[in-house]
Amino acid sequence: MAAHDFDFSAVEKRLGVSRRTFLKFCTGVAASLGLSNNAAMAMAQAVADPKRRPPVIWLHGQECTGPSEALLRSEQPSLEHLILDLISLDYHQTLDTGAGHQVEEIKKRVMAENKGKYLLVVEGAIPTANDGIFCKIGGETMVDITNEAAEHAAAIVAFGSCASWGGVQSAAPNPTGAVGAPQLLAGKTVVTIPGCPPNPANFIGTVLYFVTYGKLPPIDEKGRPKWAYGRLIHENCYRRPHFDAGRFAKEFGDEGHRKGWCLYKLGCKGPETYNNCPSLEFNNVGGGVWPIGIGHPCFGCSEGGVGFNKPLFSLADVKTHTPPNMFPGIDEREDTTGISAGAAAIAGAAVGLAVGATAMASKKLEGKESDGE
Amino acid sequence: MKRRDFLKASLGGGAALLGTGTAEARGNLEPAEDAIGMLYDSTLCIGCKACVSKCKEVNGMPPTSLGEETAWDAARDLSAETLNVIKVYSEGAGKLKDAVKDGYTFEKRSCMHCVDPGCVSVCPVTAMRRDPKTGIVTHHPDACIGCRTCMVGCPYNVPQFDYDNPFGEIHKCQMCNQAGVERIDQGEMTGCAEVCPTGATLFGSRKALMEEAKRRMTLKPGEIYNYPRGDVRNPESHHEKAVPEYQQHIWGEKEAGGTNVLHISSIPFDKLGMPPLEERSYASISETVQHTLYSYMALPAIALAGLTYVVRRNTDDEGGDDS
Amino acid sequence: MSAYQPLKRPLVTLPFLVLTVIALIGTYYLAQRFIHGMGIVTNLNGGYAWGVWVVYDVVVGTALACGGYALAITVYVMNKGKYHPLMRTALLASLLGYGLGGVGAMIDMGRYWQFYNIFTPWHMNFNSVMLEVGLCVATYILVLCIEFAPTLLERFGAKGLVKALNKVLFIFIALGVLLPTMHQSSLGSMLIAMGWKVHPLWQSLHLQPLLAILTALTMGFAVVVFEASFSSVGFRRPSETPLLAGLGKGIVGLIAAYLLFRFGEILINGKFGLIFAGDLGSLMFLLETALFVFPLLVLSSAKYRGQGSLLLWASVSMLFAGSLYRFNAFLITYDPGAGYSYFPSTPEIMVTAGMVALEIMIFLIVVKKFPVLHDAKHA
Repeated sequence: MAAHDFDFSAVEKRLGVSRRTFLKFCTGVAASLGLSNNAAMAMAQAVADPKRRPPVIWLHGQECTGPSEALLRSEQPSLEHLILDLISLDYHQTLDTGAGHQVEEIKKRVMAENKGKYLLVVEGAIPTANDGIFCKIGGETMVDITNEAAEHAAAIVAFGSCASWGGVQSAAPNPTGAVGAPQLLAGKTVVTIPGCPPNPANFIGTVLYFVTYGKLPPIDEKGRPKWAYGRLIHENCYRRPHFDAGRFAKEFGDEGHRKGWCLYKLGCKGPETYNNCPSLEFNNVGGGVWPIGIGHPCFGCSEGGVGFNKPLFSLADVKTHTPPNMFPGIDEREDTTGISAGAAAIAGAAVGLAVGATAMASKKLEGKESDGE
Repeated sequence: MKRRDFLKASLGGGAALLGTGTAEARGNLEPAEDAIGMLYDSTLCIGCKACVSKCKEVNGMPPTSLGEETAWDAARDLSAETLNVIKVYSEGAGKLKDAVKDGYTFEKRSCMHCVDPGCVSVCPVTAMRRDPKTGIVTHHPDACIGCRTCMVGCPYNVPQFDYDNPFGEIHKCQMCNQAGVERIDQGEMTGCAEVCPTGATLFGSRKALMEEAKRRMTLKPGEIYNYPRGDVRNPESHHEKAVPEYQQHIWGEKEAGGTNVLHISSIPFDKLGMPPLEERSYASISETVQHTLYSYMALPAIALAGLTYVVRRNTDDEGGDDS
Repeated sequence: MSAYQPLKRPLVTLPFLVLTVIALIGTYYLAQRFIHGMGIVTNLNGGYAWGVWVVYDVVVGTALACGGYALAITVYVMNKGKYHPLMRTALLASLLGYGLGGVGAMIDMGRYWQFYNIFTPWHMNFNSVMLEVGLCVATYILVLCIEFAPTLLERFGAKGLVKALNKVLFIFIALGVLLPTMHQSSLGSMLIAMGWKVHPLWQSLHLQPLLAILTALTMGFAVVVFEASFSSVGFRRPSETPLLAGLGKGIVGLIAAYLLFRFGEILINGKFGLIFAGDLGSLMFLLETALFVFPLLVLSSAKYRGQGSLLLWASVSMLFAGSLYRFNAFLITYDPGAGYSYFPSTPEIMVTAGMVALEIMIFLIVVKKFPVLHDAKHA
C-alpha cells in the first residue's frame, strides 16, 4: 500500500499530530535505523493501525528510573503521545496511575490474555544474591517477576545499562549479586539498549521496528541493535582528528582542553564504548550537549565492563582499529617496483649477446687455427 | 730470483699484518655515558599515530598519500618524507592485542640510534656522526656525497634517500635535535615521546630507560603497573594498566652493540621485522679488517717499497721496456 | 722502437653506429636522471640503495678492467717480458673500465656536486671502506693515465717527453699494482659492513678482501685473453693463442686458491647445507661455482688451453663467474628484508648499456688512431 492511498485522518485525530509531522517522525526513525523511505511508510502504517499496538509489560528492578525519565523528557514532537499510543502500555510501575493489587492484577490479566504477543521491557538490574530478596514488588522477588513475565513474552527488551548488564549495582563488590536481564534469562533473546540513561531514540527505533516487522532488528552478540551500537563513539567523534594528530587535553582547563582537543588522556572511554552518541548526542537534547561535547571524557556508561568498572580517568583500550585496517604491515614498503618484462629482456639480451659473440669468435678462432696448421 | 723478491716483500707485508692486527682489532663501541634514547613498548601502543603526525610536524614533512582518494597520511614504511612510522603485526584473525596467535600489535619503525652505528662507520665523508655526548646519530647533508653506503650499512634500513629530487638528500630521525629544531638541547623531549598518550614511546637517558625496561621484564602478567608517560626520569604523568606477558628480551640491549632506542614487546622480535643481529656489530668487524690492512698505511707502504724495487729492476734491464 | 701501430681501419662501421645509438639512448635517460632525480630513471628503493649502476659500473666494471693490473703483475713483477705486447691494450681497457667506474659512481652519487668532499681531509672517515675505495680508484685512474700516456705522446711525436716519463714510470707501475690490490680487496671488505643483508654463502666477513682480490685477478687475466682473442678475430690479426695459453696456466692457481678459501670458509662456518637449499641463493652459488670450475678444468690441461676457442670460452666463463660472484653478493642474493625487491628498470639498464657502448667506441677510436696494438711483425 502506497502512502497516497492511506488515510491518515484517523492517526491525526488519535495522536493529535499533523500528517506531515507524523510522517517526518517515521522517516527520521527509519533513517536512523538505516532503512529506506518505503520502510518509513510501512512503519507509519503500522503505527497508525491501532490493532497492531502490542501490549507492553514494563518492569523496574534495581535502578533510578533514569531510562523512563529519559524517555519522557525526549523532545521529539509528541513523543510521549507516540510512545504511549503506538504501544499499549498496560503495566508500568512508575507511570501507572493505579497502584497496589489493582495494577498487579491488571498485569497478570494482560499477560494471560496476550500470551506470546506482549512486549516485555525490563528496566533495572535484578539482584540474585540471598534468593533475590533485595528487590521485591508485591511480595515477589524481581527474579521471579522477571522469569514469569519473560516466559510468554513475544520479545524482551532490556532498557538501560542496569537491565542490559547490571549497571552500577553490579560494580564490585556487588553485594546484591545484581545482573542484567540477559544474564538472568540466559537462553532467551534479549535486546539490550544500554546507556545510563539510554538514548530514547534507540528504544523507539527498536520498538518501531518490532511493531512494523513483527521481529527484532539485527543485534550483536551482546544483544545490542546494530544500527545504534555498531560503532565505537571514537569512530564518529568530532574530536577524533585531534586524537590522530596527537593533540590531547592533559588536564581539565588546560590549553588543549579549552581548545577542544581529544580527551583520551583524561580517560575518555570513547575508544572502547559502542554507542551512537556522537551522531544523536545525549537524550536528544541537541546543541552539542553530550559528555564529550561539553568537555568531559566519555565514561563508557553503556559498555559493560567499562562504565562503573574502570576508573574514571584510566586510559581506554583502543578498539577502533581492527588491524590491519589502515596500518602498514611489518613487511610493507614504500615504492618497491617489480621486475618489468622489458628490463628482463634487455638484461637477458646482454648476456645472450656476450655468449653469442663468444661463440662466433670461438668459431673463427677454430677456423684460424686449422688454417694455420 | 725476482719472484723471490716479490715473495719477500709479501712476507714482509704479512708480518706487518700480523703485528698490527692485534693492536688494531676493535670490539663494539660502548654507549655514551649520558646517552639519551627512547623506549618503545609495543604493548602500550594503541596505534593512534600521534607520534607519526608529530614527527612530520617537527621535521616539516608532508603526509604520504596513497593516491588522490586518501586525504590522510598513509606512509607504508620509512622514506625520505617519513622518519617514524607505526606498523602492525597481525596474525590469523588478528583480534587479540599482544597475542602471538590470532593477535596483533603495533611496532614502531624509526632510527634505533645504534651505539655502534653502521652508517657512521661506512660513511666516507663523515656525514653520519655519533654525537659524543647524547649518542644521537646525526646526519650532515653539507658533507654528504649521496653514495648511500649508509643505507646498505644500516642493519635496519633506516637512512632514506630522496630519489625523486634531483638535489635530494638522506633523511633519518635525529631525535629532534638537528640544527633548527634542537629540542633535546633545549631540555625538551622528542616530539614522538611528547605526544604519545600512553607512554608507549618513552623518552629518557639510555640508562634510565634500560632500568625501566628491565623492571617491566620482572612484572607479573596481570598485575597493575603504573606506567610513566613523557620523560622516564621525570614523568609528566602516569597511568595504570595491567601488565602484559612480556617477551624476556630488550631489543637494543645487546644487538650489534646495542641501540639507544630500545624496544620491548609481547611478540618475538623476529616477527616484528627486526633483523637477525648478533652481539658483535658489523661495523666493528669491518673496521678491524680495514685497520688491520691499513694501519698507519704501514702495509701499503711496505708493499709499495717492495713493488717499486722489483718493478725498477725488471724495467731497468733494457731501457725500460721489452726485456 | 715502436713495436706498436695504429690499426689502419675505417672508423665508422656498422657496429660502431649501433653502439652510437645505444650510447645516445643512455645519454637521454642520463639527462632525465639529472633533471628529475634518480627516482624517475631507476628502481632504487629504501632497501636496495645500490642498483645496477653501482654494482655493474663500479663493482663489476672495475674488476673487468683489471687486465692492466693482472698483466702488470705478470710483466713487471713476475718479469715475464714476453707478455709485454699485450700491455697497451690491457692498459687502455683498464683505463676505460675504471673511467666507466668513476663516471658510474658519479652519476649514481646522489649529491655529486659535493663529490670533492671525499678529497678534503677534514671530511675523511678513515674507518670507511668506501673512502678507501674512492680514493684508490681516483688515484688509480690518474696512474693509468700516466701509464698510458706514452702511447698518446708517441702518436704526437713527443719523444723527449716519452723518454723522461719512462725514467720515472716504474714508480707508477708499482703504484699501478698496489692500488688495485688495495681497492679491489676493499670492494670485498665493503660487504662486511652490509652484514646480515648479504647472503650467508657470500658473507665471509674476514675473508671478503681475499676473495675479492683473487676474483679480481682471475677476471683481470681472463679479460686479457678475451680482448686478445676478440681483437685477433675482430681486426683479423694473427692469433695470439700460444701467448695467451701461458697466461691461462697462471690462472689455474688463482682459481684453485679462490675455490679453496671459498669452500673452506663455507665448511668451517657450517654453511655447507645452504649450497643445496634449492633456493635462489643455492642455485646462484652452484651456477657461479660451475662457471669457476669450467675454466679450471680447461686451463689445467695443456692440450685444451692450447686451443684458442676453448681458451676463449674459459676466459668468458671466468668473466661471468667473477661478475656473478659480485652481482650475487651485492644484488641478486642481497636481501635487505622482507618486502623489498629490486630489478633494474629499462632506463637504468640503458644508461649502463650506453656507458659500455661508449667505452667500446672509445676503445675502437683509440686503437685505430693511436699505437696501441702490437705490430705482429715485431712479435
